[in-house]
Parts: sequence; structure tokens; C-alpha cells
Amino acid sequence: MKKKWLLLFMVTVFTVWMTGCGNGGNAGGEKTVIDGGAGESAISLEYWTFVELHGQHFETMLKKWNEANPERQIKLNVTVMPYDDMHNKLLIAVQTGEGAPDIADVELGKFPNFLAGTPQLEPLNDAVDPFRDTIVQSRLDLYSKDGTNYGLPTHVGATVAFYNTEILEEAGVNYKDIVTWEDYKKAGIQVYEKTGKYMGTADTSATWQSAMMLAQQDSDFTNDEIKPQVNSEQMIKGLTILKDLQASNVLATIAGGQPDTEEAYGEFNSGNYASAMMPLWHMSRYTNYMPDLEGKIAIAPLPVIKEGMPRSLGGGGTGTVVTKTAKDIQLAKDFLAFAKLSLDANIEIWNTLGFDPVNTDVWEMKDVTHNPDNKFVKYFANNPFDVLNEMKDEIQLIKSTSASPTINNILCTITLNEIFEDGRDIAEALNAAQEQIEQELK
Amino acid sequence: MIKNFLYSQKVAPYIFVLPFIAVFAIFWAYPLASSVGMSFQHTMLGQPSEWIGSDNYSKLMSDGVFLKAVSNSVVYMVLTLVILIPFPMLFAVLINNKFMWGREFFKSTFFFPALTSIVVAGTVFRLMFGEMEGSLINSFLGLFGVEPIKFLKGQVTGFVALLALASWRWIGVNMLYFLSGLKSIPEEYYEAASIDGASSFQKFTRITMPLLKPTTIYVITISIYAGLAMFIESMMLWNGNNSPKNIGLTIVGYLYRQGIEKNDLGYAAAVGIVLLLIAMAINITQLILTGMFKKED
Repeated sequence: MKKKWLLLFMVTVFTVWMTGCGNGGNAGGEKTVIDGGAGESAISLEYWTFVELHGQHFETMLKKWNEANPERQIKLNVTVMPYDDMHNKLLIAVQTGEGAPDIADVELGKFPNFLAGTPQLEPLNDAVDPFRDTIVQSRLDLYSKDGTNYGLPTHVGATVAFYNTEILEEAGVNYKDIVTWEDYKKAGIQVYEKTGKYMGTADTSATWQSAMMLAQQDSDFTNDEIKPQVNSEQMIKGLTILKDLQASNVLATIAGGQPDTEEAYGEFNSGNYASAMMPLWHMSRYTNYMPDLEGKIAIAPLPVIKEGMPRSLGGGGTGTVVTKTAKDIQLAKDFLAFAKLSLDANIEIWNTLGFDPVNTDVWEMKDVTHNPDNKFVKYFANNPFDVLNEMKDEIQLIKSTSASPTINNILCTITLNEIFEDGRDIAEALNAAQEQIEQELK
Repeated sequence: MIKNFLYSQKVAPYIFVLPFIAVFAIFWAYPLASSVGMSFQHTMLGQPSEWIGSDNYSKLMSDGVFLKAVSNSVVYMVLTLVILIPFPMLFAVLINNKFMWGREFFKSTFFFPALTSIVVAGTVFRLMFGEMEGSLINSFLGLFGVEPIKFLKGQVTGFVALLALASWRWIGVNMLYFLSGLKSIPEEYYEAASIDGASSFQKFTRITMPLLKPTTIYVITISIYAGLAMFIESMMLWNGNNSPKNIGLTIVGYLYRQGIEKNDLGYAAAVGIVLLLIAMAINITQLILTGMFKKED
């Protein structure tokens, strides 16, 4: 009897172990096949992404491609995986040359990892050339190494301020009057006193705000020799302004650590924060995850430290790449260029994704940008392109370098938390960060 | 000839142990040797590696984040020992008691969490310990007028969540180990003790605890290893490998960050070797102190 009991116990433990391993080792992601009206002879391409929406855009473009190229039809197998998961798997697959998809989305923050050493990605220069003059060069440079283009950009990602006009009206604030951070502070104090709500977030898990402050002062996380300089005068000044706003109850930290997280969508949707400073692609998060705010969100240029400073910068980004192991490299390259760089593609990127396309001619096309049936035009209180065109020449760039992943990691896990959650002295925290970054990059 | 060979008493034992030896060599000895080699190289997947001597190790010793990971893992290991040895033992004794009602019910209830996937459990705990007013723990604390706590952003509160998860999941498993140990203690000892007038407490400390010692040593040994090698719990609780201020970063988490996320496999191998050394040192000391290597009297 005793033995039987023990045997049963051991079998149970063993099973638990095995299932435990099974769950840990496998995070397959969601897979869907898009055929886009392709016939029997179509070639299947594997596509990995970490944003479900990107698949929708490819679906639209795939239909057009298959119609225009009956001889070279494509079916797309789309696999959506969580952000970290996808990048880790892709990096290993690409480096070992086994199991990589044909095309994949790589986020800007992770891109330098893929460019280290000899990149295991296909150069895309010949596919880009026909469109080179029509797109913003700096967005292409983000995904390039020594003049070779390895990734195709999706958007400019101009950073703007999203204001909740309902809360602001309740507090008697007009967002159009906010030009400098000083104005923002005054408005924020008024909002807090009248409504008990915070004007904005103090981000601890993303560097949108730090980048914003640096760009306004013509500075960067790295210097011209690509050496990290996170304890620069400009960085200290920028974070001091944000910290002062937090101390005056204008900013507060948010669950999730920044506006682009699930927890934060909930907080914003319930109207607990009156503004978010995010790249323009954040629009799609409003339409998808914050339905209660429809009609209440207005878009405006960022506040600046001193009037006349540049009011925006490109933030975030996704470079779509073709791997060296792709089944049909030329086909993948041609399709990508068609799906991301052509004029049609740029128009669809706005229509489907709500991004500011890299072909800025689209920004001027009133029938596209002000189309009353567009879900983004319907959702927002004003038209984003009116704002974009107003500050078109002020969109700064923060470099993406081999040091960027490390800088991001240290700032987002340690430094910003210390400053905004624990109240550590800004200069002290940034010096410690600089030291840790240098140590890790050694 | 073949028959002779197969029936030979000298060869047969080797054939029987061969599968184990092969598995051991391929999946344990070879990777271990190869990691030791790798820890002295600068290795990136897909790129040629180069020998750099002990650079990885000297870099490790001055790496603040690594030291933070080591201290997290060691503290976690010690705290899980403090919780996951005495309580399961106590529960096992209670459940083993003849006068206890609903024994089978408690046995399966305690064991049930071990059957759930750690991914699901970690996600549920993350939501329970969320920082918003509406999250389960905070709304409960709110009943007593406590302000919402940002559990997963503080070192102490973060560990509370982590230990809550570990306890919920492993108390039942350890309890079953102790139960099986208890079953092997003969009833007569207790009867004899009762006749001599021993109290229940005396019976527990003089009979149960000493006779449970082999089980206890086994549970301690695997708990030390499990505590030091913990990774998925932290990864699920913080929804990724990057907890604020690295409060949940463990040694294996750091190995994953360096090796998989940053593609610096040589450095990650060095982290792994250090973990192995720490685990071996602690476990061997523990086994010597508890007399496992002493000859049977």
C-alpha cells in the first residue's frame, strides 16, 4: 500500500515537472495566414512581428501586391509574439542561421543588437533606391550601418502632446496657451487644484521624456564619438524640470511606468491623467484601448524649455528586415519596399495604423489626411497633420547607437525609478547610471 | 560470441548504466565543460569567438548589477528555506494526525497550486499585487484604511509578492515529501512514548524530527538549488526580465539578460559558472554539517 502511494506521488511530481518545463520553454505566439487573394502558385513568406496592428497593414498591401504582380504572388504567415520574446528569438535565429522568418519587425531600441559585428540581415539598398528621394532620410539611417540599409522604417514618430480637453475645460485651462514648461506647470497646478487629477505622467520605464528634453536642448544620450553621456548638463536640466513638475503635483508616476502600457491605458481611459507626451503612433493606442476618450483628445506641439526651441522629435520606430535565410530574398525585398515605402503604402500606413508616414508628401494630401471617414480623424478633437505640418522642420532626432540598448536598460530599470519613485538626487543617480553603462559597455 | 558477451556478468552492468552515462555526458558534462571554456572567451552567436583569459570574471566582480542579482538570489533562497521547511513540516504532521478531519481534502488543496502553470500563476499574482487601488491586495488593505502600496516597485514589498507566490506554489509539494517521510515512522515508537508519559510536543521533537532528518536534508538540498536558480517566477511577476531597480533580478535572470538579450554568451557563461560554484559551496557545506557524508554508525 505504501509503495503504491509513493509510486503515485512520484508519477505526479514527474508530470508536474514535465508540464512545468513545457510551459516555460514554449511561447509560440499567435499565427495567422494572410493570403491576400493569392493563387495556388503563391510563395509563402514567414513574417514575425510584436505589434498585431502591423499585420493588418500588410494584409491591405498584400492584396494590392498580388493584384499587381500575378506572376509573383505571396502568402504571408504572420506570427505575433510579445516584444521581448520576439526579439530574443529572432536574434538567436538570425545569428545561428536556423529557424528565422523571411521578414520581421525589429524595434528601434533592439535594432543595434542586430547590427553588431557582421549583420546577418540582407542589405536593402537596391530596394530602397527607387523611393529614396521621397522619404525622410534620417528615419532610414536609424536602421543602417556604414551606408547599408538593413531595415525599412514605418513612420516618423513625431512626438506630440495629447491633451484630455474635458479635464482641462473643467479646470479652466486652454491647452493652446501652453508653450513652455513654465506654462505647463501653471496649467497643471490649476488642474490639480480644481479637479484633483494629475496633468501628466513622470515616466519611469521609458525614455520618451528624457529624449524629449535632450532634443529640445540639441543634445543626445551619446556624444559625437558615440560615447554615452547620460550625466550631461542637459540631461540633468531636463530631469530637474520634470522632477520639479512632479513635486508640484503636476506630474505623477503611473502604473506600468509610462503611457504605453496596459495598466496606463486603463488609468488614462478613466481620466486620471490629463496629458501624455508621446510619439504620434500613440494615436492608435487611444483608438484601440481608450474608447471612453473619443472626441476628448486634442493634439498639440510639446511644451519647450524656452520659446523657439524645437517642439518635437522622432520617437520609437520599427525597422522591417529581410533575413539572410529568407526563401526568396529578392521577392521579400521587393514586397517590403512596395508595402512600406511606396506612396500607396505610406497612405495606407496612415489609414490603417494612424502613423505619420515617412513620405512627407502624404502629410500635405488633404483628401487623405482629413478624410472624414478615417477612424483617427473621427476620434481626435483636432487633425494631427495640422500640428505636424506646423512643426515639420522642428522634428529632432535622437541617435540610435550600439550603446543605446544598454543606456535604455539602465535608465528604464534603475535610474528613472530612483529619481521619480525614491526621490534620489538627480545628478547622483545619473552619475551612477553613467558609471554602470560604461562598465557594461567595456 | 554475442550471446557470451550479453550474458557476461562483467559487461552487463555497464550496458545497464550506459543510458544514464550517455545522458549525463551529453546533457550535463559536455555543456558544463563547454560553458567553462566559453566563460574565458568573448562569444557572440554567429560571430567568431576569441580567448580573453579571465576578463569576464574580473568584469563580473566589479559589476554592480551582478552583485545585486547574487544578493537577491541568496536572500530569496534563505527566505524560502525559512518558510518552506518549517511550515510544510508542521502541516504534514497535522494532516498525518489521526484526529484531523478532511485529511484528503487538505492534502489535495495544498498540492493543487503545484499543478498550475507558473506562467499563469505569475500573471495572476502580478495583477493581485498591482499598484492600483482596485487590485486585489490593495483593495483588501483599503478596507483597513491603508493607502495603496506599489508592491512591485519596492524591494521589500516586491519580495513579499515573490515569496507569497513561492509559498503558495511549493508548500504543498514540500508537505508531500514530509508526509511520505512520516509514513515510514513506525507507530510503535509513539505508543511506547505515550506509555512513558511523553507529551505531544516531546513526541514531535524527540521522535518525529530526528526520524524525519533524511527527508529534511533532501528538501533543504533541493530548496537551496531551487532558490538560487529561480527565474521564471520573477520574470512572470514583473512581466519581463527588467524589474524596477532590478529588485527582482536573479542570477539566472542576469545570465539570461547577458546571454540571450545582449548576445554576450561568454559573459553569461561566467555568470553560470559562478552560480554553480555558489550552489555547490552552500550545498556541500550544508551536507557536511548535517552529517550526510559521515559513515553510518
